Amino acid sequence: MSDKYIAKSSAIASRLLGGEMMIMSAVDSTFFTLNPVATVIWQAADGRTPLSEIVACQVCTEFEVDPETARRDVERFVEELSGHGILLVSEHSIPDSATSPSEAA
Amino acid sequence: MQEMSQRALDLGVPMSVHFDITYRCNERCVHCYLDHDDHGEMTTGEIKRVLDELADAGTFFLTLSGGEVLMRRDFFELLEYARHLMFNVRIKTNAVMIGEVEAQRMVKLGVDQVQVSIYSHRPQVHDAITKLPGSLRRSMEAIRFLTQQGLRVTIANVLMTANLRDHAGVQALARALGVQYTLDPTITPKMDGDTSILNLRIPGSELNGVFHNENLVGNVEEFCAAPPVPDEDVMEGYPCSAGHTLAYISPYGDVFPCVQFPLPSGNVRRQKFLDIWNHSSELNDVRSIRAKDLPVCSTCSHVGTCTRCPGLAYMEGNMRGPSTADCEKSFHRTGIRSANMLRREGQEDRPISSGPLIHIQPMTAQPVVQQ
Repeated sequence: MSDKYIAKSSAIASRLLGGEMMIMSAVDSTFFTLNPVATVIWQAADGRTPLSEIVACQVCTEFEVDPETARRDVERFVEELSGHGILLVSEHSIPDSATSPSEAA
Repeated sequence: MQEMSQRALDLGVPMSVHFDITYRCNERCVHCYLDHDDHGEMTTGEIKRVLDELADAGTFFLTLSGGEVLMRRDFFELLEYARHLMFNVRIKTNAVMIGEVEAQRMVKLGVDQVQVSIYSHRPQVHDAITKLPGSLRRSMEAIRFLTQQGLRVTIANVLMTANLRDHAGVQALARALGVQYTLDPTITPKMDGDTSILNLRIPGSELNGVFHNENLVGNVEEFCAAPPVPDEDVMEGYPCSAGHTLAYISPYGDVFPCVQFPLPSGNVRRQKFLDIWNHSSELNDVRSIRAKDLPVCSTCSHVGTCTRCPGLAYMEGNMRGPSTADCEKSFHRTGIRSANMLRREGQEDRPISSGPLIHIQPMTAQPVVQQ
């Protein structure tokens, strides 16, 4: 996997509810809920941490999944959310990306 | 979304908060329930702290309202802060202070939707209600600015005696502007308990016309259908989301179950929001109520479909009692009298007293002045 960087769009609302992330797009009010794995990836999407590091250090360790499966799942997840415009993907780090202290609640 | 609402209910999370950041207003609407003087509203710093606490408590939907939100010079600073905390922000406004620049800022900050109050398509009627000359023109201009920027706008049309013939005109206006339209025939007492503005409520006969107008309610047959026999789920159910997943905060920091339910439950200037939410005896009392516990409404055929507002019932004297305005709505919608209406009619039919009209009792000699 060539390294990518992911960051949350600023045009969304999000909140953690019972371990799952609720996200609503401000563009079209589409509502998403993320499962616990996707929630961990979302929370780590700070625009600075390489996606490979998120997979290795967070997904594989926290959910005891092999690296190949994790990589496939994460790529699918990133593709889907970026398709809806709520996750930004770049080959380079993304400065000033949206971060919220409250999401850690 | 329904699944998340249920989860919030199960977890006791205040998923929605209506936050009036000021009661000051540039309009003086004849039906308004607020006192517009500033009695010491929260500072910028205090509101930001409350927003932090709401985010920590899990609040997702944040409605910023008033008064007129743009009367606060720090409105955009607060909005930016709220969006930084990732709230889904909805704004309720009369929009007369929204120009192109303000509309652009709202879009840039990711506001979800803006609700604008419009009372009539006729300036002489709208402006007479708001008591602000030129207000309809200015609000309409603002709606155009907002929609041009791609913001979702809803026109909220409160219906009262002064504009009861104008809802079709306002609805046509909304259609022409490409915005949503919502009609509300509810006039509530003032927050200090003054009920004089209830005279502005539209009469029942007009309510009947509204509920049987397919342009307003969609499928009339379905909307006005007789209520089904209530089952156990209905009787074990909660009256509404107030105090369960919804809270209201005033500009002075007072916390209530809902904007329409002025039961003082705490103050965020003295306590943390989550402490109030979790431990307020008033909120816990509200949460304890099930439909089966309502002394009159539990016997009513409308119990499962009535829009009974516990806040309006509270303002009538008992949060477990009926809300007369909603009894009337249920009746004019379906033609079936509510248990409360039948009870009151029974009381009116009965003689005042079944005993003698005058009781003659022997006088007892009492000293006029106690020694």
